[in-house]
Amino acid sequence: MKTVMGMMNLQENDALIKEMTARRPLATIPFAGRYRLIDFGLSSMVNSGIENVGILLPAKSRSVLDHLRSGKDWDLARRHDGLFYLPDIKADNDAYDGDLKNFYRHLDFLQHSTQQYVLLMGGQVIYNMAFEKVLRFHQNTGADITMVYSLQPEENVAGGTVIETSENGMVTDIAKQPVVYEDAKVFMGIYLMERKVLIDLIKRAYERGGSDFLIDGIMRFQDKYSIYGFCHDGYVAHINSVGSYYRASMDMLQPHIRQELFTAEQRVYTKTKDEPPVQYKKNAAAKNSLIANGCVIEGSVENSILFRGVKIGKGVKVKNSIIMQKCDLQQDALVENVICDKNVVITQGKWLKGASNYPLIVEKDVVI
Amino acid sequence: MIEAHKQTKAEVTIGVIEVPWEEASRFGIMNTDEVGRIVEFEEKPAKPKSNLASMGIYVFNWRLLKRYLEDDARDIVSSHDFGKNIIPKMLQSEVKLFSYAFEGYWKDVGTIESLWQANMDLLQEEPPFAMNDPSWRIYSVGADLPPHYIAAGATVKSSLVSEGSEIHGTVENSVIFPGVKIGKGARVVNSVVMPFAEIGEGACVDKAIVLQNCEVMPGAKVVSGDGSIVVVPEGEIFLAQTGDKQVG
Repeated sequence: MKTVMGMMNLQENDALIKEMTARRPLATIPFAGRYRLIDFGLSSMVNSGIENVGILLPAKSRSVLDHLRSGKDWDLARRHDGLFYLPDIKADNDAYDGDLKNFYRHLDFLQHSTQQYVLLMGGQVIYNMAFEKVLRFHQNTGADITMVYSLQPEENVAGGTVIETSENGMVTDIAKQPVVYEDAKVFMGIYLMERKVLIDLIKRAYERGGSDFLIDGIMRFQDKYSIYGFCHDGYVAHINSVGSYYRASMDMLQPHIRQELFTAEQRVYTKTKDEPPVQYKKNAAAKNSLIANGCVIEGSVENSILFRGVKIGKGVKVKNSIIMQKCDLQQDALVENVICDKNVVITQGKWLKGASNYPLIVEKDVVI
Repeated sequence: MIEAHKQTKAEVTIGVIEVPWEEASRFGIMNTDEVGRIVEFEEKPAKPKSNLASMGIYVFNWRLLKRYLEDDARDIVSSHDFGKNIIPKMLQSEVKLFSYAFEGYWKDVGTIESLWQANMDLLQEEPPFAMNDPSWRIYSVGADLPPHYIAAGATVKSSLVSEGSEIHGTVENSVIFPGVKIGKGARVVNSVVMPFAEIGEGACVDKAIVLQNCEVMPGAKVVSGDGSIVVVPEGEIFLAQTGDKQVG
């Protein structure tokens, strides 16, 4: 899709997941034992042939830069186009907060790009999508703006943006974080529009006092544009709360979901790491779990996800948990319904137990 | 090794390791004096005089090497081989050749037995060298695959398992490469299963090396009758009933 450029807006609301975003934005939350949330959208973009990608950085940008680096792992380290970082430039006379200002400050990136269309997305939704079909839909309907959504069951709607469409696909209503008690069309944060439409939209919204891209750019001017909704019917997970993160993580233990998300034809790329294969010792007992390279397993792991370099000591029992990079669970520790962030050490014999609908979160670097 | 080369003021330093006497005939054997200077070199000797094998790791003074390589290139009867030509010529000309003894784990994987054994060596409770040392990483090409999955009915013990694999059966004392599928009820023991091979449900693989992309059909038995190592060559498919091979 050489006529389409990409933009990722990583300034996202992390109010419901603050235990995991103290020092990182939503987009770089580790996921599925090997990835960060941003990998899915970015991989879908490059797999769809997008070669020019701008990343609107959040204030906490170090982990983004450290993860994406030159863009090489996504084949975006190029002499022409490729990956561009658009830092969050704070000026002294900033009257408003909100992500729209960052778009406005980086209009020149959009103006100097040459592609006809822009695919704009956030960094916190899990899916694997070939975007060619979205472009075809956009061109066939003659839409000014296409918004991609998925049908979500009631329990997955909270915190999302819900849209309503007419029979021909035209968007008739957009509601931000409504309280709904039914299945709904949840917007995936993915827009497709012509580059000049995006530039005009940003200018108009910001210069008229806007501060939020969705509210002041799209919702306020809904009547000025013909906006169509495109339904993506593959697996979709929005990560905006501890609950949704935990549920989506446990989804990764299901073979059919993994088969859909991680295909050979449309790989999910991530920062390359050099880790040896997992060492299972003689008393290892792993069941229904995803275990990343670099781990050493001497105990029992059930219904869990272990990221790289995790040590499971003798007599340790891990259940229904997510253990991130380089954690060290020492002899006889018991961990159930827990999310451990990176580098956590659980010393000998300690018991940690959350509830199945309220997992216990242990923050990065903590020693228990 | 480079430090030793500088200290001995050697012109060439050859890394050597002690090998079991019964294997010495497989290697280039170095005979050295008391200070480690190499006085004789025998390529795959029938009756070895020492058990110090060349590891094929050399430090050369560049100008010296360049001269010998250029001379050797002009020599029409030479077979242009380090072991057969360059080193012996240097020895003859009394070039200062020193040995450097390495004392860690070293294994030449030039035979099926040693390749299998080297893989098995990594499965000890304490592997012979650290694979997880972050200050000494072993770099390779990654597989771009998600972490491997161990199913509820699977059992994995004393084994190495790499990314992208799906394990539904039993794996014991084995090395499993990326992208391998092991079906329900299958048993893989004392074996090496290379990338993207598939072991069908209920199959049994015992003391074998299954090469890339092979498919062992459900119920098949891959095991030799006499304790030797079975090799399932690349692309082959093992059938179920008789255990006969079928070239795939």
